[in-house]
Amino acid sequence: MTVASVDTSKSSSERGALARARLLRGLLPALSLAIVLIAIAWLNPRAISYFGFSLMLNLAIPIALATIAQMFVIAGNELDLSIGTFVGFVGCVTATWLKDAPLLGVLILLGSIGIYALLGALIHLRNLPSIVVTLGMSFVWQGLAILVLPKPGGKAPDWLLAIMSFKPPFVPFPIIAALLIGLIVHFGLMRTSYGVILRGSGGNPAALKRAGWSLLKTKIVLFALAGLFGVLSGMALIGITTSADANIGNGYTLLAIAGVILGGGEFVGGRVSPIGAVIGALTLALAASPLLTFMHIPPDWQVAANGAILIIVLAARVLISRRER
Amino acid sequence: MPEGNADIIRLNGAEKHFGAVRALGGVDFHVGPGECVGLVGHNGAGKSTLMHMVAGTLTPDSGKIGVHGGVEDNYSVSRAQKLGIRCVFQELSLCPNLSIAENTRINHASLTGFGWRRKAAALITAKLDEIFPDHGISAWDIVGDLSIGRRQMVEVARAFTVTQDRLDLVILDEPTSSLDAHTSGQLLAFVRRFVAGGKSCILISHVLGEVLRNADRIVVMRDGKVVVADAANAFDRDRLVAAMGGAEARQKIAAEIAATKPAASPLRVRARPALQKDGSELVAHAGEIIGLAGLAGHGQTDLLLAIFDAASRAKAGIEVTAPVALVAGDRQSDGIFPQWSIAENIGIRSLARLRNGLLISPQREAELAQFWQKKIGIRTPDMNNNIFSLSGGNQQKALFARALGSDAEIVLMDDPMRGVDIGTKLEVYDLVREEARNGRTFLWYTTETEELDNCDHIYVFKNGRIVANLRRDELTEEKIIQSSFGDAA
Repeated sequence: MTVASVDTSKSSSERGALARARLLRGLLPALSLAIVLIAIAWLNPRAISYFGFSLMLNLAIPIALATIAQMFVIAGNELDLSIGTFVGFVGCVTATWLKDAPLLGVLILLGSIGIYALLGALIHLRNLPSIVVTLGMSFVWQGLAILVLPKPGGKAPDWLLAIMSFKPPFVPFPIIAALLIGLIVHFGLMRTSYGVILRGSGGNPAALKRAGWSLLKTKIVLFALAGLFGVLSGMALIGITTSADANIGNGYTLLAIAGVILGGGEFVGGRVSPIGAVIGALTLALAASPLLTFMHIPPDWQVAANGAILIIVLAARVLISRRER
Repeated sequence: MPEGNADIIRLNGAEKHFGAVRALGGVDFHVGPGECVGLVGHNGAGKSTLMHMVAGTLTPDSGKIGVHGGVEDNYSVSRAQKLGIRCVFQELSLCPNLSIAENTRINHASLTGFGWRRKAAALITAKLDEIFPDHGISAWDIVGDLSIGRRQMVEVARAFTVTQDRLDLVILDEPTSSLDAHTSGQLLAFVRRFVAGGKSCILISHVLGEVLRNADRIVVMRDGKVVVADAANAFDRDRLVAAMGGAEARQKIAAEIAATKPAASPLRVRARPALQKDGSELVAHAGEIIGLAGLAGHGQTDLLLAIFDAASRAKAGIEVTAPVALVAGDRQSDGIFPQWSIAENIGIRSLARLRNGLLISPQREAELAQFWQKKIGIRTPDMNNNIFSLSGGNQQKALFARALGSDAEIVLMDDPMRGVDIGTKLEVYDLVREEARNGRTFLWYTTETEELDNCDHIYVFKNGRIVANLRRDELTEEKIIQSSFGDAA
């Protein structure tokens, strides 16, 4: 029996190393956020204040919500290329019908979540590549957005404006909202018993099917959740900008994908992290313009600089995951 | 069916076709309470198809299924689970991204509500403790971090966990293929206890000794039909092999090995394991087949990988004089390119030779693939099909073709025959010996003692060190077990 005991002690040290590597990878999103914050503090100490954060993280809430939407899709080994234009469409509906004819607006938004659920069903039943389906849908949403609001304008409903301009004591609203989003989704996806099934559908669909679960249902639920968070993202965005534009969300597609990956998610295998995704979205929101503006990088170069930051962080992640092997 | 009421499951005249292929041609099969039924046969004999029907994952084209005496018209996985029938499939069905407790939850719809994680963890830990004492697995480990042997332990333990549904019959399809002798023994002892408690098991294994020792009744399948079914003590090894259609193979091996006496030939590998304290080292000459034995995970794979590295980059303590190829043991994660065709999977080790100018010549790649398809007998209508269109045994053959079709003079084999049927094994053994006669050197790590019969020289490993060094004529199973467990202080 000495053999067995030697064996277990060896493997527990092995497991310790693995756990450390996983912890490191889990901390990477937080670490990258910390680095961006330190850089901002060093460049412009006055930005680190209640008012500074409220301003800098202004757009972080819609980005975080869109990232969560994308994360649900990625959890099922799919990719949503339409989330950006969908957010734009929701924005246009929010700034027009939701204000002028609330009931109709609500119905349209619920219907659009239903369409997302149907897309999930279609992708599963016909075994279609989600990239193709959602790429097609991105043009559909864009077209609908232009039909709803041919030129920039509209106005956010007052209650939405009130929510988004809420000023809690001590801690800026975007930070509280980000925390809430992260914790709620973490609980729902990582701790509930059905969340396990949703993640399992990305990890080993065949095993799930054999255990008697419906993969059609998991796909529909994941896409419907993506639709729901897409709607929340669009509404939050209009609550901040107060008026809409058909192209307002176009950049969100890639931001959302980058946020999920930055937050420790992987494209296949059901490995996602809601808290990581929210942190990833915050990092992107900060790195996107405040940091670069403080670095005196001209706006023309900011998009490219943003990409460079993304490459650096993702490269660090690859290095760490390689050590894990 | 006179005694049908007592049976847990009974299939009458089950038939199944996949396109033009008949997988199952009118099979009668039943399992009674309190018995362990051994099911043997080559890959493609229809065992898996039959078991998929018992588990409810496939429905027969014709034939009847009865469970606990009642006829089932709409039999399905969830129905099977309600009726107490579970299956441990050969390909692992755990989700690698989830923890062990979460994987347990997937099989138990009733594990919900407040505190489900704690309940799931307690459930699986208790079962692991029962089957594999001192398993060293925590319920919060992520499955993807576990070794393949541990994953199999979890998978087996999970099949035996009980919540609200009853449990009468567990199908174990190659349950020991990734376990070492110690844990295999624990599992089989548990199966006997389980059966003694009035429950039933179906045991599928290519290790015939396991089936002979542990089954009460043995069913032999060939070409989609049951050829023999009889009490286990009516069988011996030879009768089983004869029934499966693989007779006289073992004698042939022994005779052939005796005929080929390696003469003095050039040195190919000289390697000392990194943890070795004394002067022992592994030495391999051209034309030799060297066996690496011992319990699973005691440094055999590490040494093979070190030798593989040393071929491209000088390494202290290891001398390699010829090109090297590796046949991986965990073919799903280390061997196969899942998106590629069979031909591409074979050609990847030989790209330099397949090149035409700067590009790969598709024609030469196809030629190489065709040659090896014939030579090693890969059963597929088209080598351009995706590699996953092949059965497990044929996938492994493709990996052998990759190594043997290359310029490598030294072939490292990391327990490659795990879970491969005996027909395929015998074909590959023949091929390995033939290639060795032509001057190739094989370093062969295996967990199956029978495979060591093919080797000229055997090194036994323990805790990363060579602890014994046996010539073929000195080899006995006792000696290996003795050295593997022997001098533990």
